[in-house]
Amino acid sequence: MEKFTTHTGIGVPLRQSNVDTDQIIPAVYLKRITRTGFEDALFAGWRKDESFILNREPFSRGSVLVAGPDFGTGSSREHAVWALKDYGFKAVLSSRFADIFRGNSGKQGLLAAEVAQDDIELIWKELENHPGTEVTVDLAARTVRCGTITAPFGIDDYTRWRLLEGLDDIGLTLQHEAEITEYESARPSWKPRTLPAKS
Amino acid sequence: MAGHTAGRTLAEKVWDAHVVRRGEGEGAARQPDLIFIDLHLVHEVTSPQAFEGLRLAGRKLRRPDLTIATEDHNTPTIDIDKPIADLTSRTQIETLRNNCREFGVRLHPLGDAEQGIVHVVGPQLGLTQPGLTVVCGDSHTSTHGAFGALAFGIGTSEVEHVMATQTLSLKPFKTMAINVEGTLRPGVSAKDIILAVIAKIGTGGGQGYVLEYRGSAIRALSMEGRMTICNMSIEAGARAGMVAPDETTFDYLKGRPHAPEGADWDAAVDYWRTLHTDEDAVFDAEVFLDADELEPFVTWGTNPGQGVSLSERVPDPEDFGDENAKAAAERALQYMGLEAGTPMKEIRVDTVFLGSCTNSRIEDLRAAAEIIRGRAKDPHVRMLVVPGSARVRLEAEAEGLDQVFKDFGAEWRFAGCSMCLGMNPDQLAPGERCASTSNRNFEGRQGKGGRTHLVSPVVAAATAVRGTLSSPSDLEPAAPDAAGRAA
Repeated sequence: MEKFTTHTGIGVPLRQSNVDTDQIIPAVYLKRITRTGFEDALFAGWRKDESFILNREPFSRGSVLVAGPDFGTGSSREHAVWALKDYGFKAVLSSRFADIFRGNSGKQGLLAAEVAQDDIELIWKELENHPGTEVTVDLAARTVRCGTITAPFGIDDYTRWRLLEGLDDIGLTLQHEAEITEYESARPSWKPRTLPAKS
Repeated sequence: MAGHTAGRTLAEKVWDAHVVRRGEGEGAARQPDLIFIDLHLVHEVTSPQAFEGLRLAGRKLRRPDLTIATEDHNTPTIDIDKPIADLTSRTQIETLRNNCREFGVRLHPLGDAEQGIVHVVGPQLGLTQPGLTVVCGDSHTSTHGAFGALAFGIGTSEVEHVMATQTLSLKPFKTMAINVEGTLRPGVSAKDIILAVIAKIGTGGGQGYVLEYRGSAIRALSMEGRMTICNMSIEAGARAGMVAPDETTFDYLKGRPHAPEGADWDAAVDYWRTLHTDEDAVFDAEVFLDADELEPFVTWGTNPGQGVSLSERVPDPEDFGDENAKAAAERALQYMGLEAGTPMKEIRVDTVFLGSCTNSRIEDLRAAAEIIRGRAKDPHVRMLVVPGSARVRLEAEAEGLDQVFKDFGAEWRFAGCSMCLGMNPDQLAPGERCASTSNRNFEGRQGKGGRTHLVSPVVAAATAVRGTLSSPSDLEPAAPDAAGRAA
């Protein structure tokens, strides 16, 4: 995973709450078996509407999405994160993220920054009044800056550390393989196994 | 969650029993625990990139014997003996088959007697048991919490992590008690409880929590009902939902293919009986709901929290105090093609869908069949009945339920996710309105432009009779059928 320290890019105000993952990427795009190339699928339903924010300049070139509360609810599809990343987004700002979406973002190096709704409202106004304004997301300092606004954001320490260091989870876990083996050897024998198959 | 000196909640007990390695540090700086995963369920949509990741890294699947796969999201529910017409769907299914062969994973493919929706298959095989940790690349994994398992959905990166290590790095969840006391009235069911819970706490209300459903109304539910409730915990934003195991749980499990036997059964039950929240345990949050007052529930909007009792009216966005909620309601009514103030029972539907991991089990089919037996379907409504698994379909046919649905004029389909999500041929057309026993009423969820009202199986059945959103109590008495039975 690439290291994430700070990012500056055009902010995209998405004035909507409960942006569920079926909106971020409709199910029909989940039939692919690749991990990249989902940029066309991002908000595919909404992008058919010409007035949708990503169909307007300069927002189509945005890389920091500023959304309403409860972003990423619903399905666990990591494709939602892949689609945002493939389109070019590096960070999403919201006052509240769905748990699974937040976890998936952390695995893929997309920064899910929890910003208070009052600050989101200020940033929305700034981006709407001055389209093309850049937003800086500083992970080390845990702040977002947009015009004259500077706001703190929340992210858990562990995810922040992993993003800053660009660490791969599986590699980290396998450092503790001996402990996994020890745990396995102590599991009760009656715990279910899928093999051999019974039916 | 871990580390209390006082009593522990059910979720904390299961968590503590799976800690391979405790995270270093304390408080906010504490690193995640490494948690062992007892059962990994796999389907075709969220696994291909994970298998590919293993292959690229030269890694093996650590525990094929704790992994099981089936095909559900892409599969058609008619003509299942023919090749899948949609090429990308067919490729995804074939990719799963190749991956399972290569990595040694047990697979129940389309046409197999144990194929079906992954969250129906696990429990019916007896693989889902109390006290387990269960994961799947699917948010409705919360279903398995009905057995007192800690079960939750994960993304594809985590699927790969479990495949490689049989563990996950996780921060402890907070705990919330959902207390439901009292007795449900006739025509009111588990689905109505969970829709009411979501309307009460909101789609973000459960965020960061494991919900434990408690109280006399929960204890009185069958395993199927408990699964319906736990299934939709994710719709309240929660990671998982749980119900403490009891005699109902043990009775359901005993004799199932993968349930323990003999002395193992006794040892297991002894352990399972310890899996309840201690009396002196403290939840991080508590919610109370009165079962006596619940009515059949239905959604009017485009998220599962936008619901009301069936006897109420479409709400007016102006009545929402919060600006975001008001804007969301306005947008939802526009998408749904509804006017504020319209009685819910006057809303006419085009389609009724009985199915999905929420409500496609044998008890759901029985409940719906009881309502329609001896009654006629509204001629303008099409009804799809999609059993959750091939096994449920066989069981229903052995009881003659298929004939009840066919006589009524419903389509009797093969098992799969079907119309719950637009990934297979069963989809709504733009503007088509559906009373659905599934779990999500998001824009376009059941097909582009489709309009979804979430309901229980008996409300779905009554709606198919009348053509408008209806509860069983709205129906005229049924004519007795040939066997002299009537609803």
